[in-house]
Amino acid sequence: MKKPESVIIELAPRFEVGAKSALQNTQLRRNMGKATQTIRGKRAAVVDELSDWESLRVAGQHIKDDVMQHLDTYLVQLEDAITRAGGHVHWAKDAHEANEIVTHLIQATGSKEIIKVKSLTTDEIRLNEALELAGITAIETDLAELIIQLAHEKSSHILVPAIHKNRSEIRALFQKSMNLPDLTDEPKELAAAARQFLREKFMSVRVATSGANFAIAETGSVCVVESEGNGRMCLTMPDVLISVMGIEKILPRWQDLGVFMQLLPRSSTGERMNPYTSIWTGVHADDGPQEFHLVLLDNGRSDVLADSVGRQTLHCIRCSACINVCPVYERTGGHAYGSVYPGPIGAILTPQLVGTAYADSLPYASSLCGACYDVCPVRINIPEVLVHLRGKVVAEKQTQLKSWFDGENIGMKAMATTFAHRSTYELAQQAGQLAQWPFVYEGYIEHGPGPLGKWTAMRDFPAIPPQSFRDWWRERQRDE
Amino acid sequence: MQVALFITCFNDTLFPDTGKSVVSIVERLGHQVIFPEEQTCCGQMHFNTGYQSEAMPLIRRFVEIFSQYEVIVSPSASCVGMVRDMYRFAAEVHQDAKLANEVALLADRVYEFSEFIVNRLGIQDVGAYYPHRVTYHPTCHSLRGIKVGDAPEQLLRAVRGIDYVPLNQSNECCGFGGTFAVKNADTSMAMLGDKIRHILDTRAEVCVAADNSCLMHIGGALHRQRSGVRIAHLAEILAVQE
Amino acid sequence: MSNSSRNAMLAKIRTAIMTGSRGDFHEAHTSVPYSAYDDGNVAARIELFAHRVAEYKAWVGHCTSVGIAQAVAERLMIRGKKRMVIPSDLPDSWLPKGFDFVRDSQLDRTVIAGMDGVLSGAALGIAQTGTIVLDGGAFQGRRMISLLPDYHLCIIRAQDIVGVVPEAFAQLATTRQSPMQPYTFISGPSATSDIELNRVEGVHGPRTLDVFIVE
Repeated sequence: MKKPESVIIELAPRFEVGAKSALQNTQLRRNMGKATQTIRGKRAAVVDELSDWESLRVAGQHIKDDVMQHLDTYLVQLEDAITRAGGHVHWAKDAHEANEIVTHLIQATGSKEIIKVKSLTTDEIRLNEALELAGITAIETDLAELIIQLAHEKSSHILVPAIHKNRSEIRALFQKSMNLPDLTDEPKELAAAARQFLREKFMSVRVATSGANFAIAETGSVCVVESEGNGRMCLTMPDVLISVMGIEKILPRWQDLGVFMQLLPRSSTGERMNPYTSIWTGVHADDGPQEFHLVLLDNGRSDVLADSVGRQTLHCIRCSACINVCPVYERTGGHAYGSVYPGPIGAILTPQLVGTAYADSLPYASSLCGACYDVCPVRINIPEVLVHLRGKVVAEKQTQLKSWFDGENIGMKAMATTFAHRSTYELAQQAGQLAQWPFVYEGYIEHGPGPLGKWTAMRDFPAIPPQSFRDWWRERQRDE
Repeated sequence: MQVALFITCFNDTLFPDTGKSVVSIVERLGHQVIFPEEQTCCGQMHFNTGYQSEAMPLIRRFVEIFSQYEVIVSPSASCVGMVRDMYRFAAEVHQDAKLANEVALLADRVYEFSEFIVNRLGIQDVGAYYPHRVTYHPTCHSLRGIKVGDAPEQLLRAVRGIDYVPLNQSNECCGFGGTFAVKNADTSMAMLGDKIRHILDTRAEVCVAADNSCLMHIGGALHRQRSGVRIAHLAEILAVQE
Repeated sequence: MSNSSRNAMLAKIRTAIMTGSRGDFHEAHTSVPYSAYDDGNVAARIELFAHRVAEYKAWVGHCTSVGIAQAVAERLMIRGKKRMVIPSDLPDSWLPKGFDFVRDSQLDRTVIAGMDGVLSGAALGIAQTGTIVLDGGAFQGRRMISLLPDYHLCIIRAQDIVGVVPEAFAQLATTRQSPMQPYTFISGPSATSDIELNRVEGVHGPRTLDVFIVE
């Protein structure tokens, strides 16, 4: 099936296929288990110390509800404020338009390379590849992004793209690509190596790109939240700054940052506050880039906005709390999701951005355990959206002729018919009790036939007892 | 008090002892159990797997059958969650205002077994005697879905003779997840593997939960491994007396 | 392209807002009370600020307004720093003898990067999170000088420390210019969580942060 042209997230094979190979990678399992357990503990500790955490979550949800309900107004307000402050605002319907805008802006400066602050939005539109075609080199400056770039790998986590790599793997990579044979695997030394490696670029490259964590409609301010200082470098040192932002990242008022700057750091890295946050408004005389562009990206977001259940997905502030707490993600890692957005949020966002038909296994990549909903700082009901998207997947499937031969579809329809009447239901119970006898051994089925075989390939199935509850009840009523 | 039993198709067919135990406990506490025999399935499996148009008649059917009862009790947290939370959602996405109203009236009257005993009746000690080493797995739907809190543990701790051992990392999903267990069997088993390890670490004889569906998943692996650990629904422990 | 895309996007968003509204089924908006202030205990607030800054592995000390120069001298001695860049408006009374302080008047970036450190004031502190806010106002200078050197010695007045995060944004709103000045929020020295999700101090920003609270 050809993917819609406006969306160029690269999709991997079905989730269960990617998951199967990931599950066999013992090093990955170990790295992921360790990292997710660490971050869960840190998040819980800093969330528990705030007595008003639940109120903050509700406030965050309401602010985002308001954003979605008046998105057009806030976007125009933001554009006005930024323009007044000496910045430029560009509108991009899709990835292709956004990449074209950014490429032209860089070409106008004559620069052949740019420094980049980690940005999921630019990963989503695959900006680096578009720039490469135009002969422009994008240098990732975030430590984990740098690791991924040097290793020629793909991100497996939205916040910590190299979460699947442990320190000794990173050491080996740096030893080779930075020519540092004596490097140890001490994290402090690894960070120092990155500092050394990138310093010259920060001092000399004239153009930077970034994403945006928040943009304030009221004031035209753009906010980038980070840890290492590479963000401050990119936002301060170059002559030209180009930021790409999804339209949903907007906040109405300056004071809203008082809510979100509590929700984000605590949910994300499990810190009371991240080391550095930069907020700028257009251009500032004698301080930082003297040319600023903000590219507003739709790329499927307005389609999500049009779905009354799916809309809440746009509340996401990309904190990664749902990813860190997800028992599925913990075991499969991020690559199985085949998108720049892995984990629970990816399982609902990716199918909505590209269309459920192109990512129909992702809504099923969850046991609906609800841990994601509990930790979401803006209360996105992820299980509800997953179930909603499953409904869309099935509805689409059922419009096709091949669904007539689809075992699951046939079985589900048959069961629904059976459950529709007490008489057929009771008949089916009796039929099951009778039909199972060749497979039962001491109360369990170890090798089931047909669809049951998928279950018993891995675990035993209890035999259907000879007397159902309702039979017992009737017998009891008779005896009384 | 008259208590209508919502047995669930799953327990009715595969785990009748759970239903019998619920009946004996509720009657022992001096209340009358009614079993609406027209009930079949709440539609959870269909709805959660995406078969919404197949689930809707089952949802409407359930509401019709149970609307007349004041107090409805079920030994399945996930089916209670379906009725309490997902029915509202189903009515909304199918733009059925009449159903939404009926669901709003019904939802608060549906109780999971342990929350009915502890929160509605205010009882922790149901007079049970169970001299065995027991651990408890809080299922996702009981813990995060309908939020029964520590009601099941309160009931277990009040059982005479019991050797109750808490489960390590108990809040983690066992990997069942309905059709997830077969659609994503490999991941499901990876999750189950860790759950089984924690259960075996407790050296318990019995693993207890408020959902037989999760227990079937856990029990299926415990049995395949010949681990010697049994599974039992909470009600089955509480029904045993000296 | 730009103008037509703008109009097309806005039109599509407006349609989407209408069709995607949850209407009667959605729970109504309510205003929720989160903490906008701390309990007003100033001494506890300052102590909390000091404690929280120190938890990020920054060094925190106290001094009096007449003792700033002496405090700075002691700290620079301990750190072994001699050449410090300072904002152009930093008061002479903060500067001890025996060190080389260079005022930033559009200094070249390589000169700034070559300094041993930076000495600056601050706009605001947030006790709850141990955060220092710079807004380019009095005694702070432009963003580059507090970024390139590897060492930052920051002097913050006790009366500029607020309790909680929402208070900080409320406070900053009262001093904002039009258009707004740039802000930098600093919580400890530069750090990363990118290796096995553990916080490691010291990447691109100043790897050492010392803070004096002036009472």
